[in-house]
Amino acid sequence: MEYYLQLVINGLVVGSIYALVALGFVVIYKATKVVNFAQGELVMVGAYACFSLTVEMQLPFLLSFLMTLGFSVVLGLAIERLVLRPMIGEPIISVVMVTIGLSSILKSLVQMFWGTQIQVYPQVLPQEPYFVMGVPVAPVYIAAFVLSALLFAIFSVFFKYSRLGVAMRATALDQCAAASMGIGIKSIFALSWCIAAVVSSVGGVILGNINGINAQLGHLGLKVFPAVILGGLDSLLGAALGGIVIGVLENVCDGAAKQLLGLGGFKEVAAFIVLVIILMVKPYGFFGTKQIERV
Amino acid sequence: MDMLRVENLEVVYNEVVLVLKGLSLTAAAGQITALLGANGAGKSTTLKAISGLLAGENGKITEGAVLLEDRPVHGLPPDKIVRSGIFQVMEGRRVFEDLTVEENLRCGAFTRPRAELVPSLERVYDYFPRLAERRKQLAGFMSGGEQQMLAIGRAMMARPKLLLLDEPSLGLAPLLVEDIFTIIKRLNANEGVTILLVEQNARAALNIASHGYIMENGRIVLEGEAQAMLQNPDVQEFYLGMSHGGEKKRYRDVKHYRRRKRWLG
Repeated sequence: MEYYLQLVINGLVVGSIYALVALGFVVIYKATKVVNFAQGELVMVGAYACFSLTVEMQLPFLLSFLMTLGFSVVLGLAIERLVLRPMIGEPIISVVMVTIGLSSILKSLVQMFWGTQIQVYPQVLPQEPYFVMGVPVAPVYIAAFVLSALLFAIFSVFFKYSRLGVAMRATALDQCAAASMGIGIKSIFALSWCIAAVVSSVGGVILGNINGINAQLGHLGLKVFPAVILGGLDSLLGAALGGIVIGVLENVCDGAAKQLLGLGGFKEVAAFIVLVIILMVKPYGFFGTKQIERV
Repeated sequence: MDMLRVENLEVVYNEVVLVLKGLSLTAAAGQITALLGANGAGKSTTLKAISGLLAGENGKITEGAVLLEDRPVHGLPPDKIVRSGIFQVMEGRRVFEDLTVEENLRCGAFTRPRAELVPSLERVYDYFPRLAERRKQLAGFMSGGEQQMLAIGRAMMARPKLLLLDEPSLGLAPLLVEDIFTIIKRLNANEGVTILLVEQNARAALNIASHGYIMENGRIVLEGEAQAMLQNPDVQEFYLGMSHGGEKKRYRDVKHYRRRKRWLG
């Protein structure tokens, strides 16, 4: 039993990171209808940026974390300005292709500068485990979960109540009508890339603290797909829930397969099996927008 | 005094299709000006050229000028144009369906200072008590008439000097059309906002307007005082659907395109 409880807790933590990255994905999808295949690479770049600042430049962790956030804002703006803006008005499939290209470029750049070896973050949190329901949990796990929850709360409030957040939702629904309100569509696009880059890099930094980082970190982006599709592609709450569910499911399935069937590596596929089932049963996901049809 | 002057405007779509062919019109400050015409005459294009929303449809102003209080606004991005005081209520209402009524209204106030928000909301709810009842409801679930009220209310939130209305009567029952036009008239009388009204419903539009224009094929073909236009035999025949003398029309007379041709010059 404790074995499974441990798996669930691990799943919650990994899931909260998926949820964060999914948040970035959803924000971009909502605002611009672009499926961003470079989301995982944004995680990776953020993680490496923070790594560079803490390890190579010997800055205190908190400072380098804040600087990473700043760097992500700039990165998001730069990507939007240089890569996405020239594509405005092009067919959406071309834009999606461009994000695939972008993911290759980001990945190659990271490998060019930092190599492909696993890099380890210094321990910033104490090692002493806390006990949750009798199960030992590393403080970094708890911090990861709390930080993700906090970011989610902030963005929920932002989208619900702030003027800019409401404007972003309006833009997602009807760009032309939003433009007629005097909402600057281009700055909304830029803002959504900024948000995506920031939450992804937070996810990357947390992952780095847990597992260390390597150039394969970008594959996390793939795991986020089942999460957002489960949640419904354009729902923040869906992203949160989808991320958590996928995280827990893949850990528990993996553990069960190992223990009961003696099979390893189930972790990699569990999420995608779930994905296929969801698409068959509930194609809009938990909270995906269904078209309002007045009769 | 003219609030809006459009001078010799030419608009091209997709770099090939010439939609407006040297269109000029003015809208007097504090008045309602009606812009009428058949489908495809270029009425909506005219409004979008004024409000800067052409770019989203691959349209471009190739010649001419749009002047708001004698300052050129053509070529500015739409958000700058809204800030300068022009607000367009688009055809088909275009409310944000998955936002609540109040959130829709807040979007209208995007360019205004925060302190104005609450008084602006109260003013809109004053005009449209129905919206106040439904402030928390999703806009997509409202009836067509309520959505049109919301679209107009959203425009009021921006406190424009010049309001462009594109077919506010579209898809509404006759009784509701009357309501909407009464509201437009009231808005103009109480708030002093200048209105440029594009309509298919020529009679309703000319009844509340002080001045009218008729467009065909990307040009103005007729203009005048609204009351005079209502009496104009051509307007009566082509846009108000009246026949003269009460005698039954023969098919030959119905084929009025020969007379229309004269206008196209």
